[in-house]
Amino acid sequence: MTAITDNFDLYLRGFGYTIALFVVSGIGSLLLGTFLVAMRVGPIAIMRSAAAVYVTVVRNTPLVVVFAFFAFAAPMLGITFGFLDVEIGQFEFSSLFGSAVVSLTLYTSTFVCEALRSGINAVPLGQAEAARAIGLTFGGTMTQVVLPQAFRASVPPLASVQIALLKNTSVAAVFGIAEAVYQMRALTNNYASERTVIFVCFAAGYVVLVELLSFAANRIERRWRIA
Amino acid sequence: MRRLKLGMAAAALMVAGSALAACGDAGSDSEGRDVEAESDCDGKFDDGTRMAELADAGEINVGVKYDQPGLGFKGATDDVPAGFDIEIAKILVADLCIDPTGDGVNWVETISDNREPFLEEGKVDLVLASYSITDDRRKVVGQTGPYMITGQQLLVPADSDVESIEDLQGEQVCSVTGSTSIDRINEKGAKGVGFDSYSECVQKVLDGTVKAMSTDGSILAGFAAQNEGELKVVGDAFSEELIGVGYSKDLPEMCEWINGVLEDSYDDGAWADAFELTLGPSGVETPDPPAVEPCQ
Amino acid sequence: MSANVLFDAPGPKTAARHRAYAIVTAVALVAVLAWVIYRFNEKGQFESSKWEVFVTPDYVRVLLVDGLLKTLQMAATAIIGAVAFGVVFGVGKLSDHAWVRVPSALVVEFFRAVPVLLLMVFTWYWLGINADNSSYWAVVLALTAYNGAVLAEVLRAGINAVPKGQSEAAYAIGMRKNQVMRLVQMPQAVKIMLPAIISQCIVALKDTALGIYVLAPGLTYVARQIYLDPQFNNRVPTMFVVAVLYVSVNLLLTLLATWLQKRYAGEKKIDLAAARGPRNPER
Repeated sequence: MTAITDNFDLYLRGFGYTIALFVVSGIGSLLLGTFLVAMRVGPIAIMRSAAAVYVTVVRNTPLVVVFAFFAFAAPMLGITFGFLDVEIGQFEFSSLFGSAVVSLTLYTSTFVCEALRSGINAVPLGQAEAARAIGLTFGGTMTQVVLPQAFRASVPPLASVQIALLKNTSVAAVFGIAEAVYQMRALTNNYASERTVIFVCFAAGYVVLVELLSFAANRIERRWRIA
Repeated sequence: MRRLKLGMAAAALMVAGSALAACGDAGSDSEGRDVEAESDCDGKFDDGTRMAELADAGEINVGVKYDQPGLGFKGATDDVPAGFDIEIAKILVADLCIDPTGDGVNWVETISDNREPFLEEGKVDLVLASYSITDDRRKVVGQTGPYMITGQQLLVPADSDVESIEDLQGEQVCSVTGSTSIDRINEKGAKGVGFDSYSECVQKVLDGTVKAMSTDGSILAGFAAQNEGELKVVGDAFSEELIGVGYSKDLPEMCEWINGVLEDSYDDGAWADAFELTLGPSGVETPDPPAVEPCQ
Repeated sequence: MSANVLFDAPGPKTAARHRAYAIVTAVALVAVLAWVIYRFNEKGQFESSKWEVFVTPDYVRVLLVDGLLKTLQMAATAIIGAVAFGVVFGVGKLSDHAWVRVPSALVVEFFRAVPVLLLMVFTWYWLGINADNSSYWAVVLALTAYNGAVLAEVLRAGINAVPKGQSEAAYAIGMRKNQVMRLVQMPQAVKIMLPAIISQCIVALKDTALGIYVLAPGLTYVARQIYLDPQFNNRVPTMFVVAVLYVSVNLLLTLLATWLQKRYAGEKKIDLAAARGPRNPER
């Protein structure tokens, strides 16, 4: 137990980075996912295909490979995050954090797009027909009628995608971000005899976060339930 | 009809693939030194010592790096790793009458972070993996040597005006997780950022994600030589690291034996040979072998 | 809802506007692609020395055998284990006996909430003693546990999706719960579950790439060996080839899943996603 109690600040810092990655990437993925789904169901064929290709390719690529691409290839394209240098208390958010967030956002947004698409398909046909009947354009139909209802219907799959994102932040450990799994490996290396206790403590941290998120998703779903 | 099309597509791919596969000629064979095992170990070691056990068993587990070119690296098509650490390990193994290039040697990949756990658990008998000797580490494992003394320097882009570690106060400097280099960087006021291998750091310096990377000067020289004209090594050595051999703390008799073999290799030129073969090609001059510390 | 309810058949003005948008998008896409290729070219990523590795027979063999085959092996072993794990704990969760049901539920919830990478790191250290293949088995065991927990939920959903009349009839002719489960419900449930099992295969395959953090063999490991080699120094081409391999295999698996869905579960298309509940992420 000494491993955790002596290094409690590292434990908290690790989860702090986890939460930070989750919050920023979560918001980003929701925004980008909405944009993607609009392209996916829109009237312009080339946008539909482009979005479909992007979603299919990225969904079938392991997250590690997406991260690796961003770590290696993006700097060659001139996309570094050198401008990022925020410090909040003990946490440093630098270029590594920036590229991790971008990788997570790009990957998760494809799943958000699919979740929203299932939500859109759940909106009754009559709604869209009525919207057309009163003369709304595609943009109007989407923003005023379809998307609000689609969001409600997609809360369960969206929640599961965001929970997956929370767990996927652990992949940032492979690329140098000192979040929870990185700290767990470091502590296990230094306190090899206590590895089971360390594992249970970190697992408990994740279980708590996942349960909180689930609970919040359940509440939202219940409040927004249509029928 | 669709099946026929799919079948034809598959066949075409296979033909193209095999045609292409005949084209390439990449890769080369990296051979290490020829080290012959000692032939007679009967009674060479006292009964009950770990060395006697290992010599009798004819098997040994050695932990080395697989991802540090020049020190310990195993390419995709190589069967065994190669590098300076491996060469010194071969000398040690040969002294136990085990053929260094044979099946008796089980090379195990160790990364900086797990060198101590591997020794503590008995997963490896020896560790030669850029292993700096520190008091902290000596509390949990046995370390002896050194067989290499390194000075920590900086690798920066060729057009950078960084001259020493003082110029990098508060800036990010890259090195390997769990190495002493990171601690030294932080001590000097810069921010140490850890990655799993030096090559990744080099990449970060090349594309400007970090301002500099820091580790032993001879490793840096190797990288500078590989990326001609794009990188340079600067700064005086701002810390000195003693690279030694790790062994289990429960087996203190290993210390004398290791020291003995190392000193022999200094005398008969094997150490210098190994250095020239592995680190020499990057243009580093072969230094004098370091003085081995007495066992504690 | 089909997409063409969202917008009418375009009239001449709209058609012209759509054409304009389409052209702008096409130009933008081509421009981005061209810029990316240009930048990579500037950095010398298209030099033959960087790509030559992938047509050299030795390296191709290593890439495909030590890399891809190993990865597929790990994924296959994990899935078989996961199916077994899923059956055991899924049936456990449906048990009438609380002393079986509650622990099964706890085990399943635990392994679904913990990230796979955490499981891999712990299993690696736990197996670490004198196990030569500890990395390989760390990956396989972690994937078995995680996918097993997911499949346990899928099994539960599958069994609940079997028409109620089936089990009622079975009870009516005097079968006990065990027999009903074994002889009537499971076979039908498995048919319904097949697409979900395949999609977990895809998840397992993608997650084997995480093994790099515990030094496990496989495609990402071989890729690392290639690009770290000072002779090649070709990160971008290597990652590109690896991505192509992963995507191809996954697309093949998706095709398989779709075909299975059509062939076996045609009559009974259950909404597995809803039945699984919000806590079962499809990654």
